[in-house]
Parts: sequence; structure tokens; C-alpha cells
Amino acid sequence: MEEVHKGPESSTDYIIHHLTNLHTSGGTFWTELHIDSIFYSVFLGILFAGGFYLVARKATSGIPGKMQSFIELIVEFVDTQVKDSYHGSSKLIAPLALTIFCWVFLMNFMDLIPVDLLPAIGASVGIEYMKVVPTTDLNITFGMSLTVFLLMIFYSIKIKGVGGFAREIFFQPFGKWLLPFNFLLKVIEEIAKPVSLGLRLFGNLYAGELIFILIALFTLSAGAHTLSESLVNLIQPQTLVFFIIQLVLGLVWALFHIIIITLQAFIFMMLTIVYLSMAHESH
Amino acid sequence: MSINVTLFVQMIVFALLIWFTMTFVWPIIRGAMEERENKIAEGLAAAEKGESDLVLAKDNADKILLEAKGQAKEVLDQASLSASNIIEEARNNAENEMTKKLEAAQSEIAVEVNRAKDQLRDQVAAIAVAGAEKVLKREIDKNAHKELLEDLAQKL
Repeated sequence: MEEVHKGPESSTDYIIHHLTNLHTSGGTFWTELHIDSIFYSVFLGILFAGGFYLVARKATSGIPGKMQSFIELIVEFVDTQVKDSYHGSSKLIAPLALTIFCWVFLMNFMDLIPVDLLPAIGASVGIEYMKVVPTTDLNITFGMSLTVFLLMIFYSIKIKGVGGFAREIFFQPFGKWLLPFNFLLKVIEEIAKPVSLGLRLFGNLYAGELIFILIALFTLSAGAHTLSESLVNLIQPQTLVFFIIQLVLGLVWALFHIIIITLQAFIFMMLTIVYLSMAHESH
Repeated sequence: MSINVTLFVQMIVFALLIWFTMTFVWPIIRGAMEERENKIAEGLAAAEKGESDLVLAKDNADKILLEAKGQAKEVLDQASLSASNIIEEARNNAENEMTKKLEAAQSEIAVEVNRAKDQLRDQVAAIAVAGAEKVLKREIDKNAHKELLEDLAQKL
């Protein structure tokens, strides 16, 4: 995959290359856009929404087909989680939870695609950098957690009114004489929610991706920089050993990662439901 | 790894996805599921109702059968009763008829006997008169002794 680079590549170069987004030039906040993250995020979003829409359009209340049964399984699962934790009347929470669970799962799932496959294809058509897992991009995870944060504020004000929300911020938990402390405490408490939500997902997936990259280094360090080189080197016993080690480790980590990506999607969904149901209740 | 405009683009995409799911996906799939749940509930209720109806109908049928059996027995009883009545009546009639016939025959016999007796008496009287006539010949006037002879005939 490294044909675009001239000369041999060190392990550090390989890792850094893998952790660099394809972005628009500019360097300032408003002009730099991570094209790869947004592309895969939008692509997977369309995959999710389109797939569900196609099933929904043909949904029957009679005997459901295999696809509809599968979709209903997910919907039922999400609906149960929402009903267990959220007792408000908003029609938004359940679809929001479904969107988060499916979308985050799909974005995490990109981690299971062989770490060099899509970047190599990209490189062959001249795309130099490509991060294929959107959830290893802080912008993506914070984009979602901040949206959830805005919804939390929206529902707090909608349910309790501006006055109620302000009272909660300024007069709890210590009463009106400790107003600044109340405010500080509340702000930290509220800010911590989207930050931890975004960082948790990012951290887990970033670490997972990094370990895949490190595992991929086994054959790289044995001197195989290109696919053809790898195949040639496979004949040598040393490379073969590294190849087998990489294969086994990659398999084990991928199997373990199936749990992580599902769990992280689930946690993101559950915490969103819990935070929003907390926003509905007055303390 | 820097925070940049990607964040806002992602927020907009996220919002659009939520809106899409909320409008075109969730209500339709949940609607279909709820409709099916209702259908199944209705089906189960109908099955239960059918079952209880069946039990009711069985009870009803048993009752009707029992009633019919009772009625049949009654009809049979009545029939056998009237049959024996008819036989009794017929026997009575026959007996009456027989007695009547017997009595008529007896009375006829009696009449016949009396007539025969009368005839015999008359003949004996005539024979006696003839005998006496022959014995007495002239001495006896038929007319003068008519009274005496009749008296004699009566005594016979």
C-alpha cells in the first residue's frame, strides 16, 4: 500500500500515516474538514437510514420477512431499553437511540475491515491518507455527544421552563447563599456528560484501531512494504513466522473487538437515554 | 488530531439522521409491530371466546338431548298406556257383546222352549180331547165341556 511513498518506511511513519485524516488544506478551524471521516460517517448513515427506510416502506403487520424480522429485533431491543430508562412523553428519544445504536455500531464496525484494505485501495487511485473508522475521530464522537448535550439543554428548558432550569443551575444543591459554587458544580456536572460520552467512544475505538495497526506491523517490520513484497517474503521462514503471529493476533483482537464495538454503541445509546431522562426530571 | 469544522458537519448529519429516523423509519416499523401485536391479541381473544362458546354449545346440546330423551320416554309411556287402554276397552266390548249374545240366545231358547211346551200342551190337550172324545163319544158335548177341557189343558 505504500507505493505512493518513496523509499522504505519506518514503523513510526506507518503508524502516523494511518492516524492522519484526509483533510482539506487551510489549517484553521473553519477550513479544515476531515473528508474521510465525514465521507464514511455519511455513507454509513445513509446505509443505516436507507436500509431501515426500505424495510419500513414494505413493513407488514402480517408475517414479517427475514429482513423485517431482523430490523424489528433491533427496534424492539432499542424500544425496551428506552421504555426501561425513560418515562417522558417525547417521541424523539426512541428514534434518537435507534439512530445512535445503529450508526455508531456501523462506524465502529469499520474497525473490523482489514486495517490496510481501504487505504490501499484509496492509495491506488491517488488518495494518500484515509482513516476508515469515523469514531476514531474526535470530531465525529464529539459531534454526536454535543448534539446530545444540546438536546439535554433543550429538554431541561422545555420541561422545567427557563426559570426552573435556572433555579436548578444556581440554587442547587447548596441553596442561594452558595450560588457561585452551585453554578460551578452544575456546569462541571453537565459538561462532564458530553465530554465523557465523546471521549469514551473515541478512546475505545482509537485504542482498538491502534492495536490493529500495531498488529499489522509484524509483517511490515519483517521487511514487507508492498503486497508483492509480502508474498515474495512469505517464502522466507522468518517472515512466515511473523505472518502467522500477525494472523493469530489479528484474529483474536478482531473477535474481541466485536464485543467492544457493540458494547460501545450500546453504551453511547444507553447513556444518551439516561442523560435525556435525567434532563426531564427535576432534582 | 484536531478539532475542526468536521464537528459541525457531523452534528448536522446527526441531526438529519435523527429527523429521518423519527419521520420515516421509527413510526412505521413500530406501527406495523403494534398492529401485529393487536392482531395477535385479537386472535387469542377470539380463540378463547370460541372455546368458551364451544363449551356453552356442548352444554346446550346436552340439555336439548336430555330433554328430547325425556319427551321420547313420555311419548312411549303414553303410547303404551293408550295401547293397553285400547286393548282393555276392546276386551270389555267383546265381553259385553258376548254376554249380550248369550243372553239373547238364552232368551230365544227359553221362548222356543215355552212355545214348544205350549204346542205340546195343545197337542196333548187335543190328544186328550180326542181320546176322551173317542171314549165318551157322544156324552161329551164339545161346547158344554169346553171350559173344563181348557182348564185341564192349562194344568198340563
